[in-house]
This record gives sequence, structure tokens and C-alpha cells, in this order.
Amino acid sequence: MNTRGLYTLFYKELLRFYKVALQTLLAPVLTALLYLLVFAQVLEQRAEAFPGVSYSAFLVPGLVMMSMIQNAFANSSSSLIQSKVTGNLIFVLLAPLSAFEFLLAFVLAAMVRALLVGLGVCLVALVFVPVPLHNAGYVLLFAVLASAALGALGVIAGIWADKFDQLAGFQNFIILPLSFLSGVFYSIHSLPGFWLTLSHLNPFFYMIDGFRYGFFGAADVSPALSLAVVALFLAAIGALALALVARGYKIRN
Amino acid sequence: MTAAIEINAVHKQYGATQALRGVSFSIARGEFFGLLGPNGAGKSTLINILAGLTRATSGTARVAGHDVVGEFASTRRALGVVPQELVFDPFFSVREVLRIQAGYFGLGAENDPWIDELIDALMLTDKAGANMRSLSGGMKRRVLVAQALVHKPEVVVLDEPTAGVDVELRKSLWAFIQRLHRDGHTIVLTTHYLEEAEQLCDRIAILNHGQLAALDSKPALLARGLGKVLAITTAAPLAVVPEALRAKVKSRKGNTIEFELDIARDSIGDILEALRAAGAVITDLHTQEPDLEDIFLQITHGEK
Ligand SMILES: Nc1ncnc2c1ncn2[C@@H]1O[C@H](COP(=O)(O)OP(=O)(O)OP(=O)(O)O)[C@@H](O)[C@H]1O
Ligand SMILES: [Mg+2]
Repeated sequence: MNTRGLYTLFYKELLRFYKVALQTLLAPVLTALLYLLVFAQVLEQRAEAFPGVSYSAFLVPGLVMMSMIQNAFANSSSSLIQSKVTGNLIFVLLAPLSAFEFLLAFVLAAMVRALLVGLGVCLVALVFVPVPLHNAGYVLLFAVLASAALGALGVIAGIWADKFDQLAGFQNFIILPLSFLSGVFYSIHSLPGFWLTLSHLNPFFYMIDGFRYGFFGAADVSPALSLAVVALFLAAIGALALALVARGYKIRN
Repeated sequence: MTAAIEINAVHKQYGATQALRGVSFSIARGEFFGLLGPNGAGKSTLINILAGLTRATSGTARVAGHDVVGEFASTRRALGVVPQELVFDPFFSVREVLRIQAGYFGLGAENDPWIDELIDALMLTDKAGANMRSLSGGMKRRVLVAQALVHKPEVVVLDEPTAGVDVELRKSLWAFIQRLHRDGHTIVLTTHYLEEAEQLCDRIAILNHGQLAALDSKPALLARGLGKVLAITTAAPLAVVPEALRAKVKSRKGNTIEFELDIARDSIGDILEALRAAGAVITDLHTQEPDLEDIFLQITHGEK
């Protein structure tokens, strides 16, 4: 195991987003805050999703998880496509790093960015809305698993895409719809039958639902089910990403 | 002792393009080896296969005895590659880039003196703290050289390292590479400046259309040439060239006749004698050795 090599790649990936923190950390926090202010204002009058939980409070964990999902994905995918397009990925490809070390470094960096953004959104939201904390372990567990899964999905997308617009397509047609249709803004039980069924097929729904359980002790489905689905999703995406990196798909043509 | 590089029946297919069609050769440890060939011959493809940046369609390659696919980690530790493309990471400074590259190879602060030495030897001291984006093309190329050497690889492969580098720096770059060679590193070089290859390399391979067109020591390769050119100036233009010499005449201009000699068979003495016998008064004479460029053009059929 090339531990220092892995650490160096991880650290380089951290520096990469840290050097443009305004865009990679602050901007997503601001976006989430805007969602919170607008939606809470407009929808506060709606019925409580869970007994005793105001709509604004209900919204916060969803927004936090959505921000983590989008930023974990954005970090690894944009780093890879940039390195591919500019050609400087070869410096990593020339190094004695195994497929696992390569993948792990990108995923860990994506997780750090996602967790920082998540924490930022959380802290800013708490200024406006009080949110209870039922079980910090669940909150952390779902945050870690979901950001790891999206970091790995970002690696897949970054490897697959040849151009920036293909990556934007992946982001706009897959990540964005899935994260919006995952119960961030509503409890899926308020949806009509067809959409309810569809939501149950969306892995992001389980990430948000399990994460929300950690705050309120209540959720649309059981937290154990959410945990199982998210862990399975991570395993599947991680395995696919590892296979692609190991095969050198598109990166060692 | 295992060879520095062993290439065995390597084929590479890109869609319909056959970039390499069964290339086999090996390079001994400590050689200064030239890999030449016209554009598109497959030089970079071969280098990329050694570096693990591309996988061969079939065939195998080994670096310092390690299979480039199966034992990729050992291969890459033994190999430093200066890529042909001028690539760089715009997020970092020169020193950061070198530290990061060393880190990938598992090297930490203990390697910093070597990084300083590289920065110094490649005349990058003024730019060590500058962002990569702000460097000129020639400076970026020198950083690429430093990056390739950051882990002191046993085998150094340079894919056109002097493209776009000015004369003075080219000289200092070669002095540095020659120092590495003296220190025992195996050097593999591709270049389109044939004088460079002729000056530096002990042994030369010429690739053409994905195949090995020649592989020989430099003297042997040069000896393959059409031969020496012998130019003779006479006091008055020769009325007739002696019968025995007619086939060798390359050109005639005024008082000067150029003969093309076959190094193995013709002797200058015989030619001079024949001319004198025909009554020529020789006032000047000079010879021109074949150079690598002639051989190269001959082998690659004038393509360049
Ligand atoms: N990634 C690729 N995809 C498709 N074809 C490629 C690719 N890389 C190289 N080729 C083709 O393979 C052949 C050999 O290319 P290569 O880059 O190895 O040549 P070269 O000898 O390095 O040439 P040059 O002197 O111009 O650098 C060329 O026909 C080239 O078009
Ligand atoms: Mg080339």
C-alpha cells in the first residue's frame, strides 16, 4: 500500500478545492440558505410533515443532504474531467498508485468537501431555524455514506465524460432531478401513488430520509432500510468505479 | 542482469489505425538510446505503453525486469517519463508540483534536497514559487523534466524534451541528462533534431509506420549510409571522367566533381590515382561523412 502516495493525492485534491473555496464551499452554502429562506417563507403554512416538526425545520436536513450530494459529486467529477481535458491526469497515472488508492483519494477529498459544505449549511440554517438532534450517530453515518457514494459516482462520471458538457448533462439530467425528487422539500407521503413508488426507487431518497431520521427520530421509511439501501448503493457504485479505474477505462486508453 | 527495457511483439491498434505492428527490442542498462522516426511512427505510443498510460493491444513490455501491466508499481518507480505534450496543473507552483509528484512516489521531506537540486540544475530557481500558469513554454517543459526525475528513476524516457527550448537551455538540459547517464541512469530519447541524437546516443532505433525499420549502434548505422562524399577540385575542368569512376559521380560543377563512395569498397587513394592517371591536376579535396539525417531519410524513404 502506497500510503503516502494516497495521502498526497488526497491532499492535492483538498488543495484544489480549497484554493477556490469561494466557489466550492461558500457558494453552495449560500445557495442552500437561499432555498431555505424562500421555501420556508412560502411553505411554512403547510401541514407539519412529522408531528411537532415545523416545515422549516423539516427542510433543513434535506437541504444539508442535497448540498452534500451535489458537492461530493461535483468535486471528484470536475477534478477528473479537468485533469483529463488539460492532460495533467498523466502525472497521477504515471505514479505507483493502485486503482484502489486512486479511487480512495478522490472519494475522500469529495467527502471532505461535502462534509464541510454540509456543516456550513447546517450552521447557517441553525441561525434561522431551530432543529432538534435525535441521534448524532445516524446523522454522521448517513453524511459519510452518502458523500462517499456520490464521490465515487463523480469518479465514474468524470472518467466517462470526454467533455465538460457531457458532465454538465450528467449533473443536470441525473444528479439534479434525483436530488430534487428525493423528498428534500416534502415528505414523499404527500405524493400521489405513482410518484410515491418512483421515489422509493431513488437512492437519494434514502440518504435524505435516513439523515432526517437522525435529527427528528421520525422518517418516511425505517432508518434500517435507508441504511441498507445507502450502504448497498455505495458498495455498488464503489465497485463499479473501482472496476473502471482498474481497467483504465478511458483514462489509459 | 535484466535489461532496462524489453519490448516483445507489441501491437497497438487505435480503431482502424495500427500505431504499432509487432515491435520487439530491448535496451540494456546504462545505454543512451535514441528512438527516432517520422511523425506518427508510433514513438509516443510505445513510450505510453511502457509508462502504463496506454495498454498494448497485444505483446508485453518490461521495465527493469517488471511487467508494465502486472507489476505496474515497480515499473513506475523505475521509470521517469517526460511526456511530449506540454501539460501542467494550473493550480500549483513549480515547487508544489514537484513535492506533490514526489509524494505520489511515497517520498516526503527527505526528498526536498533533490528537488532543490533539480530546480537548480534546470534553471528554475527564479520560478520555484511561481504558478505553473505563469511559466513560458520552455520553462514548463523543464518542469516536466524535473517532474519525471523527482523519484530518481533508473530509466528516464524523454519524448521530445527539447521541442520549444532555446539553444542555451537545450545545451544545459543535455549536460544535465548526460550527467544522469554518467551516474548510471538509462536514457531513452526521442527527438526530431537528428544532430542531437547523433551526438548523444550510443544506439538508435528507427520506427516507421509502427515497425522497427532499423536498430543499431550509431557507428554501424552511420556506416550503412550510401557513403562518404568526396569532392575534388581540379586546376582545369576534366575533359573526361575516367571510365572506372563514372558510376560514382554524384555531381559536376565547374572544376569540382563530387563522388559518392561506398565506404566498404572504395578507397580515396584509388580514386585520386585514377584521376591523376587521366591527367587531372588536383588543387583541393574534401570529404563529407554521411550523417544521421541521410540515413534516417534513406531508411524512412524520404518521409519526415
Ligand atoms: N489516442 C489516440 N487515438 C487514436 N489514434 C492515436 C492515438 N494516439 C496516437 N494515435 C495514432 O497512432 C499513430 C502513432 O502516433 P504516435 O503519437 O505514437 O506517433 P509519434 O511517433 O510519437 O509521432 P510524433 O513524432 O508526431 O510525436 C498515429 O497514426 C496517431 O494518429
Ligand atoms: Mg510523439
